[in-house]
Amino acid sequence: MDKILRVNMTDLTTAVEEVPAEWAGLGGRALTSTIVAREVPPACHALGPNNKLVFAPGLLSGTAASNSGRLSAGAKSPLTGGIKESNVGGTAAQMFARLGIKALIVEGMPQGEGWYALKVGKDGVTIEEERGLLGLGNFAVIEALQSLFGKKTGVIAIGPAGEMKLTSANISVKDPSGKIRSHGRGGLGAVMGSKRIKFIAIDDEGAPGISLADPEAFKAASRVFTKALMDHPVSGQGLPTYGTNVLVNILHEAGGLPTRNFTHGQFDGHEQICGETMHDTIVARGGKPRHGCHAGCVIQCSQVYHDQEGQYLTSGFEYETIWGLGANCLIKELDDIARADSLMDDLGLDSIETAVAFGVAMEAGILSWGDGKEVVRILREEIGKGTALGRVIGSGAGAVGRTYGVTRVPVVKNQAIPAYDPRSVKGIGITYCTSPMGADHTAGYTIATNILNVGGQVDPLKKEGQIELSRNLQIATAAIDSTGMCIFIAFPALDIPECLPALIDMINARFGAKLTGEDVTGLGKSVLKLERAFNLAAGLTSADDRLPEFFSSDPVAPHQAVWDFTNEEIDAFWDF
Amino acid sequence: MAPITVTIKLFAHFRHGRFKEADHQFPPGVACREVILGLGFRLGEMGIVMVNGQHAPLDHPLSERDTLALFPLVGGG
Repeated sequence: MDKILRVNMTDLTTAVEEVPAEWAGLGGRALTSTIVAREVPPACHALGPNNKLVFAPGLLSGTAASNSGRLSAGAKSPLTGGIKESNVGGTAAQMFARLGIKALIVEGMPQGEGWYALKVGKDGVTIEEERGLLGLGNFAVIEALQSLFGKKTGVIAIGPAGEMKLTSANISVKDPSGKIRSHGRGGLGAVMGSKRIKFIAIDDEGAPGISLADPEAFKAASRVFTKALMDHPVSGQGLPTYGTNVLVNILHEAGGLPTRNFTHGQFDGHEQICGETMHDTIVARGGKPRHGCHAGCVIQCSQVYHDQEGQYLTSGFEYETIWGLGANCLIKELDDIARADSLMDDLGLDSIETAVAFGVAMEAGILSWGDGKEVVRILREEIGKGTALGRVIGSGAGAVGRTYGVTRVPVVKNQAIPAYDPRSVKGIGITYCTSPMGADHTAGYTIATNILNVGGQVDPLKKEGQIELSRNLQIATAAIDSTGMCIFIAFPALDIPECLPALIDMINARFGAKLTGEDVTGLGKSVLKLERAFNLAAGLTSADDRLPEFFSSDPVAPHQAVWDFTNEEIDAFWDF
Repeated sequence: MAPITVTIKLFAHFRHGRFKEADHQFPPGVACREVILGLGFRLGEMGIVMVNGQHAPLDHPLSERDTLALFPLVGGG
């Protein structure tokens, strides 16, 4: 029987609860957002006792379905002031699912100065005082927990950034190689830090495992689904070979690669940091060009990147991070970016928010454009040690802009804009504006259709069709985020007709349900509306569904594109 | 009519055994399709075709100093 684990950090008690009937058909983002909307007062302080941190595996997590191992984390975000869901690979989702844990809810806040750890296992969850691992980075925490509890132990942890409650702090989850994947965005690490929880260790020994209502039907649907993933050129070949970083050259060519804190759309150093160069470098140094963030991933878009001596430097080295410190901060040395990536993982910082914060800091004159060595120093010596400057940069792009009087601050709802310029790729601008998450490319990835010719084609430089494109993708994404599936299944789902029905068939075979495509779309719509309602109750308004002013006033080369949607046009997004 | 010079850029595995970037000469108004086939590609291999940074159909005629960028179907995020 699936259950809800509840942890009260105010009185240090735990409970195992039955799953309420209305939550039974929910998982992942649908469940975290439903619980946050139901139980968190929208106007509460995100770092106060009334916020709750919720973890939930997806509906299909723990099954043999390919790419289904994503874990959602949700709370009110201290960065955006709105609702947040951020999902991650790693081993935790599948362990939770095998343990029958539908969700883990952490509420309240300890009164004293003590720190704690949670231990999750087949009998529920316990709270223990923690001293030894405080102040340590995520890699040391994982290493220590593996030597204490064994190699297979699951880990969800915060680094020093989360302990300091910085609003760029992420939550790290151990991956199958003992490295790190991140609940990256929205400062959820600060929420975990506010509850004074350094880590959650998971032991799935003796777990009841997953039961399938119709194993034969599941197997048949799973086969069709996996074939679609393997057959599509993006998920079957492109992503496994070059990873996400293949996008550097594509966005450069399209004039949508934000450069020098969003002043240009092209970067003259693009060949030094692009996916093609990275692939050749990884192979030459004995790294791994293919790597999965969770067991059962058939796409394997991740990689292991070695330094010049052939020693491990970082993994999960993504386009967003490489763009953020590369084009956006003008750093041309991939090794410097890799060192910064590893440090951000260790400190527990969102690498999008932090990279964009560095771009604003460079504009403010705090450090020079392109100075990768200084970025590494600031990460280690300022943010890592909690100096005043470190805390400002570690609080995100908006905080740096406000502190230093910078007007070109690329954020929506105070969350940094990722790696696509919304002036020259207009569909993604609608997603940045309207997503209840703040600026988040994954919430409705219009790049697929604007740039990559997946799911049809909508001209990135024209306004026509962008609202509808973003709306359809945001609805579909909210549903996919609830299944435990990696968002990259959207590439085959947009192009291969058998893919989405097979996904729905798997959900039905898992739970003995009779969901239709319309039900799944309905789920996506209801999740978005629930999240939007939370944000409005928290005090956000349609004025928060806007891009910063400079996108309308400053044309971006080479297409001299500006952001030209009216407020009424943007607000029409919500007409569904 | 004098030939035109077109800069051709190749990406991802299209570079293997070919080049990253090269100037080639063609008759004026040559279509993207002819250039692609002339490089030994099959049309079905094309993911993204851009002329001067904008998506272009295969029958798009090329002009002097155009840049033609060819990508296989790739993606990320």
